[in-house]
Amino acid sequence: MFMIGPVGFLTPWILWGLAALPVLWFLLRAVPPAPIRRRFPGVALLLGLQDEDAETDRTPWWLLLLRMLAVAAAIIGFAGPVLNPEQKQAGTAPLLVVLDGGWAEARDWARRIERAGLVLDEAGRDGRTVAVIRLTDAPQEVSFRAADDWKGRLAVMEPSPWLPQDPGAWIDHFPAGEFDTLWLSDGLDHEGRAMLAGLFADKGQLTVLTGDGPVLALHPAGFAEGAVLLSASRLDAGGAADIEVTGRGPDPSGVERELARARISFAPGETRAEVKLDLPPELRNRVTRFEIAGLRSAGAVSLTDDSLKRRKVALITAGPQAEGLQLLSPLHYLRQALEPVADLIEAPVTTALPANPDAVILADVARLTASEEAALVEWVEKGGLLLRFAGPRLAASDVSRFEEDPLMPVRLREGGRALGGAMSWGDAKDLAPFPEGSPFFGLALPGDVQVAEQVLAQPDPDLAERTIAALDDGTPLVTRKFMGDGQVVLVHVTANAEWSTLPLSGLFVQMLERLAISTRPSLPGARELAGQIWVPEVMLNAWGEERDAGEVAGVAGEDLAIAMVAGPGPAHPPGLYAGADRRVALNVVSPETRLVAAEWPASARVEGLATPPEQSLMGWLLSAGLVVLLADILASLWLGGRLGGLRRGVAVLAVALVAGLAAPQAQAQVSGETPPAPPEAAQTTDSAPPDTPQPGDDFAIRSTSGVSLAYVKTGDAQIDETSEFGLVGLGDRLWERTSIEPEYPTGIDLEADELAFFPFLYWPVTADAPTPSDAAYAKLNQFLRTGGMILFDTRDANIAAFGGGTPEGQALQRIAAGLDIPALEPVPEDHVLTRTFYLLQSFPGRWAEGTIWVEAAPADAGQEEGVPFRNLNDGVTPVVIGGNDWAAAWATDENGVPLLPVGRGAAGEQQRELAWRFGINLIMHVLTGNYKSDQVHVPALLERLGQ
Amino acid sequence: MSPTLQNEALQSRAEALGQSLPPLLAEAEMLAATLMLGEHGRRRAGSGDEFWQYRAAHQGDPARAIDWRRSARSDGHFIREREWQAAQSVTLWVDPAKSMTFTGGKDRPAKGERARLLALALAVLLLRGGERVGLAGLAQPRSGRSQIVRLAARLAGEPEAGDFGAPETAGMVGHGRAVFVSDFLGPIEPVEAALSRAADRGVRGALCQILDPAEEEFPFDGRVIFESMSGSMRHETQQAGELRSRYLARLAERKDRLSELARLVGWQFSTFHTGAPAQSALLWLYRALEGGR
Repeated sequence: MFMIGPVGFLTPWILWGLAALPVLWFLLRAVPPAPIRRRFPGVALLLGLQDEDAETDRTPWWLLLLRMLAVAAAIIGFAGPVLNPEQKQAGTAPLLVVLDGGWAEARDWARRIERAGLVLDEAGRDGRTVAVIRLTDAPQEVSFRAADDWKGRLAVMEPSPWLPQDPGAWIDHFPAGEFDTLWLSDGLDHEGRAMLAGLFADKGQLTVLTGDGPVLALHPAGFAEGAVLLSASRLDAGGAADIEVTGRGPDPSGVERELARARISFAPGETRAEVKLDLPPELRNRVTRFEIAGLRSAGAVSLTDDSLKRRKVALITAGPQAEGLQLLSPLHYLRQALEPVADLIEAPVTTALPANPDAVILADVARLTASEEAALVEWVEKGGLLLRFAGPRLAASDVSRFEEDPLMPVRLREGGRALGGAMSWGDAKDLAPFPEGSPFFGLALPGDVQVAEQVLAQPDPDLAERTIAALDDGTPLVTRKFMGDGQVVLVHVTANAEWSTLPLSGLFVQMLERLAISTRPSLPGARELAGQIWVPEVMLNAWGEERDAGEVAGVAGEDLAIAMVAGPGPAHPPGLYAGADRRVALNVVSPETRLVAAEWPASARVEGLATPPEQSLMGWLLSAGLVVLLADILASLWLGGRLGGLRRGVAVLAVALVAGLAAPQAQAQVSGETPPAPPEAAQTTDSAPPDTPQPGDDFAIRSTSGVSLAYVKTGDAQIDETSEFGLVGLGDRLWERTSIEPEYPTGIDLEADELAFFPFLYWPVTADAPTPSDAAYAKLNQFLRTGGMILFDTRDANIAAFGGGTPEGQALQRIAAGLDIPALEPVPEDHVLTRTFYLLQSFPGRWAEGTIWVEAAPADAGQEEGVPFRNLNDGVTPVVIGGNDWAAAWATDENGVPLLPVGRGAAGEQQRELAWRFGINLIMHVLTGNYKSDQVHVPALLERLGQ
Repeated sequence: MSPTLQNEALQSRAEALGQSLPPLLAEAEMLAATLMLGEHGRRRAGSGDEFWQYRAAHQGDPARAIDWRRSARSDGHFIREREWQAAQSVTLWVDPAKSMTFTGGKDRPAKGERARLLALALAVLLLRGGERVGLAGLAQPRSGRSQIVRLAARLAGEPEAGDFGAPETAGMVGHGRAVFVSDFLGPIEPVEAALSRAADRGVRGALCQILDPAEEEFPFDGRVIFESMSGSMRHETQQAGELRSRYLARLAERKDRLSELARLVGWQFSTFHTGAPAQSALLWLYRALEGGR
């Protein structure tokens, strides 16, 4: 196939047609566009005028080019161009298909098998012999056989949940002679892989197919500062990427579900990232596995074991603790030992037990109340671990003296004993090695642990079996008794360093660990694993799915320890292994695992798994030719002056298009040529003399040249118009009847305009009114504090009472939430608003019924003898809230004719008059405050009231 | 030709006329109704119906001219004078040539149609004011309502064969008024000749140029062959757009020439477009005939 770049041609000979284009050029050039005939009376004026440019009887070059393009597109289109045509090349040598077969391939395993199947089919057609090997298998002799032999085996191949252990071991198993190799690689570098690749490259053509998805690995979860530390690695350090990690486990009803979710963000260029996940212990202890969401691969799954679980331990001591005696506190060393690894509950027994602790530690507690004891016994029998420490109180008490206390493993002899003191014969005692069967068996004894004082157990028949640690003279140091599902352990020394140095040693911590009171923060080491057989409980397959382990044989602790470091293999597959008292997770990815990209020999051909599909370009090219022809038609019409009405539309379109294209360029040029201006601008603003005009001066001068009533623009044109004309009408009435002579009202944009210039703000509340921004609220509150008044008008006639269910009422509540509004009350009869100009008792607008609310009178507002009005608050009420749609009643047009009808007939006009009177009173109140509360006017007002 | 055929031809023409006449007439009446100018007084005492002034009786005034009712209120005798209301003869000429049938857009009338409408509306106005109105070469000036129908019938005739018309001065009454409505795009000499003849007879009047907006804007581009309405005159160009400025210059020159000619003989000149409403043109014509400006 004839190829130009990635484009091949099915019938390349048609391309010779391109050679005819120059001929066409000359032919087309000679034919000018046909003239158009027009009747035109003005022709008499045209006679004798000559064309300035006589050359235009030839077709213009760009029109020719357009036509050439159309023809060229057609020619190329018919030559059958194909993008990314499938290249087939047949070899003759035997073909070796290599699969890595590890978990990293699990994600697109089906595609790999499909691809390998295609290769096998092709090899079968070509008569090549084939061998398929999987590097995770143990090395075996490779023999080339017919392709059909392999197809069945290929179909049932599955990836392993581990990576190839030692690809280099295969190197001796290949037959002599040339063969080609197709390596379906997971993209990771394995030990010995480079050697193998070198061999394949020597033997013949090596083709490597790598997956195109990212290879991700989730490391086992650890602890860091009380939070779960999740970390993940990726193969290629590309740009920033986020992955989601979910923690799954059984919920309280036992159904497995997602319990936690965290986002791990890879920084650009980093291959490893981590995130801390702070989980409540209840939830954290439930998590059984973490996995990268949406990735089906064993590498994306990390099983959790006991190392992630933190036990709840209740620490209980007797009596109040003296301040300042930290080191003597019976709990100090316990607290130090347990705090990093367990969740501590320090509370009385009755409070601690409902928190369901895993262990309860009683440090030198002798007496328990009957109810406490009953509760503890019940709790231990259900599986609790009760750890008791001896101490002076226990030694001095009668607990478990004659009868064995249910909560003591042994009976105690009176008083205990002291060793190695000034008044005693013997020296302080060392510890004896831990007997087999003791939970402490295997722990190394440090030489410096000595016991100076202890309580002694009565030599009862079962003392020996209850002793799990003893001194070198055989006296029990730790005794244990099983009770129900739980156990009671007594340490015969104190939990502080008073009686022994045990709490000071590392052994103390290890013993606590062995008692499963505390848990390890890190992976178990070889020493902890050694000596036990670990039986798999749960196993993972390559896709990260959990499988029941069934009857799989256990693994020796030593082998498991090696696998923990080296990663799982066929002998110890990944999963959850259970020992005597704890469970250990062997994960596919260890904390140290690093993903290293494979490098291939120079002669190898590396391809993606997916092949770009063939795409025929014929249709595209022919369509392009057609489009160009259409453009040619338009251009020819335009040249002939026949576009007529179309011309203007096309011109507008073209101008818009050019403007749209040119604008960003122009901006870029401007920004490129001129240095950033804002700092200079800021400087000039700062240094400008105060008498130069500033932006906004116009607004300020206009607003302050007289009293200006203002309304809040709602964005609804009709409401804004009503507000404007309402304030115009009110202003006219004020002008006519009072000495207040307001200017034309101002519409206020709360976000942009300054409020300080206005005494009064009319705010019609609409249901969809936006909540003001913080800056606007700051301005509004300042406005209210400095004596401004807002008249809120919900315009809904208060049908559902104040704050009620109308949408406007709800909008008002929403808006007013951010305002500094004092306590409100309905207008009292003696409010100053009722008499600032007119004597009023109702405040109708377009509606007459609604209550209106003003700032509440102070509680101590008293009524003096003989005065009809209380001495009410001193200032202006900052808000008046109502729903009577006052602006609609006030509104008059420019001729002074009311804009909207109010009520019906004369009663309506009366209501409108009252509305105006209310408005006048309101503005008077705003501007004069409580002037009319003044006592001076009382007699006159009384007189008028009497009439 | 046999009489039957003649009758039939006459009949069909009469029918065509009957169809076209009423709409034109109605339109003209409507247009005229937009101008309510009142009676057409001479602003001086004379014979008429309207009261002009009282003046003291002189020697020689007939006794029956004395207004006794006025005189009884004072010692002297008074004569009641009436305003002089004299009818004038106005001769209209509407260009009947083919160039007037042009229209540059479907949404506007042909120039000739607008010209006839203007002329007829003016006639309605003038006749209502008591003037005598005639058509140059077609109808003698007469007054009265019936003259409107006569004028309408004459105006609705077929266009002439020629591309451009020459103003007709036949039938013009001396010291009367005349109105020429045309596009004045043809040769200028006939216009000059007509104006000088009119000036000789003491006729004053107005030149009303009716143009289509296309003729003012010249919205053409590309390769075009321009033809006159009858096809007798043609001009070919490759780049019509480039001719625009020169065409507009010539048009402006033509208007200047016409304006100059009109000024010389004491006439009025103005240009109106078919794209604009006719009222302004009618008002201007009426004012121009009033003699003022």
